[in-house]
Amino acid sequence: MSTLSKFAPNWRQALPQIIALAAVLLADWLIFPDFFQVRLQDSHLFGSIVDVFNRGAPVAILSIGMTLVIATRGIDLSVGAVMAIAGAVAATLINSGHSMPVAVLVALAVGIGCGLWNGLLVAVLDIQPIVATLILMVAGRGIAQLITEGQIVTFNDPDLIAVATGSFLGLPMPVVITLLMLAITILLFRTTALGLFIEAIGINRLSSTYAGVNTRIVLAIAYAWCGLTASVAGVIAAANIKGADANNAGLWLELDAILAVVIGGTSLFGGRFRLFLSFIGAIIIQAMNTGILLSGFKPEFNLIVKAIVIIVILIMQSDAPALVLNRYRLWRERNAPRRTAPGNTAGGAA
Amino acid sequence: MKKRFLPLSVTIFVFVLAYAICTMQYPKILSWRVVGNLMTDNAFLGVVAVGMTFVIISGGIDLSVGAVIAFTGVFLAVTIQHGLPPEVAFILVIGIAAVFGAAMGAMIHYLRTPPFIVTLAGMFLARGCCFLMTTDSVPVEHPLYAKLNEIVVHLPQGGRLSLIGIIMLATVALGSLLLHQTRFGTNVFALGGNRAAAAMMGVPIARTTILIYTLSATLSALAGIVYSLYTSSGYSLAAVGVELDTIAAVVIGGTLLTGGQGFVLGTFIGVLIQGLIQTYITFDGTLSSWWTKIVVGLLLFAFIAFHRLLVVLSARRLQAGHSARPRNAAAKAGPA
Repeated sequence: MSTLSKFAPNWRQALPQIIALAAVLLADWLIFPDFFQVRLQDSHLFGSIVDVFNRGAPVAILSIGMTLVIATRGIDLSVGAVMAIAGAVAATLINSGHSMPVAVLVALAVGIGCGLWNGLLVAVLDIQPIVATLILMVAGRGIAQLITEGQIVTFNDPDLIAVATGSFLGLPMPVVITLLMLAITILLFRTTALGLFIEAIGINRLSSTYAGVNTRIVLAIAYAWCGLTASVAGVIAAANIKGADANNAGLWLELDAILAVVIGGTSLFGGRFRLFLSFIGAIIIQAMNTGILLSGFKPEFNLIVKAIVIIVILIMQSDAPALVLNRYRLWRERNAPRRTAPGNTAGGAA
Repeated sequence: MKKRFLPLSVTIFVFVLAYAICTMQYPKILSWRVVGNLMTDNAFLGVVAVGMTFVIISGGIDLSVGAVIAFTGVFLAVTIQHGLPPEVAFILVIGIAAVFGAAMGAMIHYLRTPPFIVTLAGMFLARGCCFLMTTDSVPVEHPLYAKLNEIVVHLPQGGRLSLIGIIMLATVALGSLLLHQTRFGTNVFALGGNRAAAAMMGVPIARTTILIYTLSATLSALAGIVYSLYTSSGYSLAAVGVELDTIAAVVIGGTLLTGGQGFVLGTFIGVLIQGLIQTYITFDGTLSSWWTKIVVGLLLFAFIAFHRLLVVLSARRLQAGHSARPRNAAAKAGPA
């Protein structure tokens, strides 16, 4: 029982995210009454709700790795560029006659390599994460273009395309991969002490080091895992368009991934993380996107909605609401004793 | 005193070295014509990088600058198309940007949130507003634009320094004065050096933070005006990724990303180094433009690693105390 509760998110803590998801889905349903309709055709599930999960998969996968990095009080701006690199590697390899598993494995290895590079800068050279990962963000797209030689490399390999368009038990392949990545990550980081170490580093790296945590290795693992998730998302994105577009693959997705993590309640100041809720956060973002598209607004309207969401979350996470609440309590306590006994007021205020 | 100027002198050294190498291969690069074009083509980047220098010295970051440039361009194009005189549109858009920057600064200070997430929201908001106005590329056809673009200072050998190049040079000069010669500039350094200590010494943290982001947004709007003059159009997807070029220019220019140290002049040279790389690629003709990104990335890494080395060395010196001075003097000479 106790081991099971480790995997399941604490429902009371998860309440805001679940309410938000329910509200967004409800809004989608009001806009588009057929939203929840799902039909099975050629052993593929079809429907708007399936589409939300399918299209949200790349951001959901990115947000898994991003959650770990943010939990160490870091950030990884390079995930979009790593996606482009991984897509370029996979597409180029498949076109030079390698088989799908080889192409994908090499792409994933390259992603881990990119993550390790970030980890090296952060953990060994002690460069602040936002700056360290900025380097790969700037240079990464250049490297991806170097691999594709400046062209959009298209491919027709059915195995590789199946990564994005295939299905398993009716579920679209990207959704299956997302759930798999989520399960592996939760197993790897929540059943072992790794997750605890990551949270410890996020709270205070120096005291974690003094307490005997090998902070450099743990940080490197977090960034490497983030690179891995980015390359998985990159392969899916490339397979989805049957080509590797070094300029546009994963463009701005790092921001969506960060947003998903923040919506999921992982603090930007590190120290605690919730993988499953980041996944929910990614689905909330995609459900909003789909809702805006279905309602006939311009898709560009998305950006404004996202900005408002960030601002609202920032205000909720900050001390501001607590301050207002405290002022209110003080005001009430100041007025209350005239009518009731002091003991009662204290009880009532608490 | 000398140590403070070390990052700046390295930047200048790299620029001179790079220019010398380029000149050896293509002697025509060392001409007034190329210098004039370097100023014109990088004018908007130079203007926005001055604001970013203040932000980064204060220990912050501003991701919204590219979006504000695009917003300014689209706003100008749309309002001028609807008959607003450009002069009024210029003043209006700078006012809007100033309010926008002040709001971001206030959020960063009062909500105690990391600057990058607040300015990220700002970026989404500004880009979103662009798209709401129009998703097309709107041309600007106003006699004033043609008149402003005709203003040039003739340099020797047929070189031309355009108005927007002059605007950039003026911004760099004024920014330099503001940073190094005023109370506000000193406060910016204090904020980046140690926020808590600055607050205890009576630096007005709230006012300075808000002013820094106001300045950055205002200069972004000015850069937007420059960009609008440069391209004579407004497009919602313009200046995508400029925030990264700007941060790169500031870092290559010798400003520490941890805050507390930096020069506006260094940033200007950082912009010129990026411009030089592009000019070299144009002269070469066979290299593709993505090499710019790779070289800028490499330079960024080299400078960050170098700055890190300086910080580590000075920390060691503090630990070692007076006895270690001769050894460190030798170590200091190493990286330069």
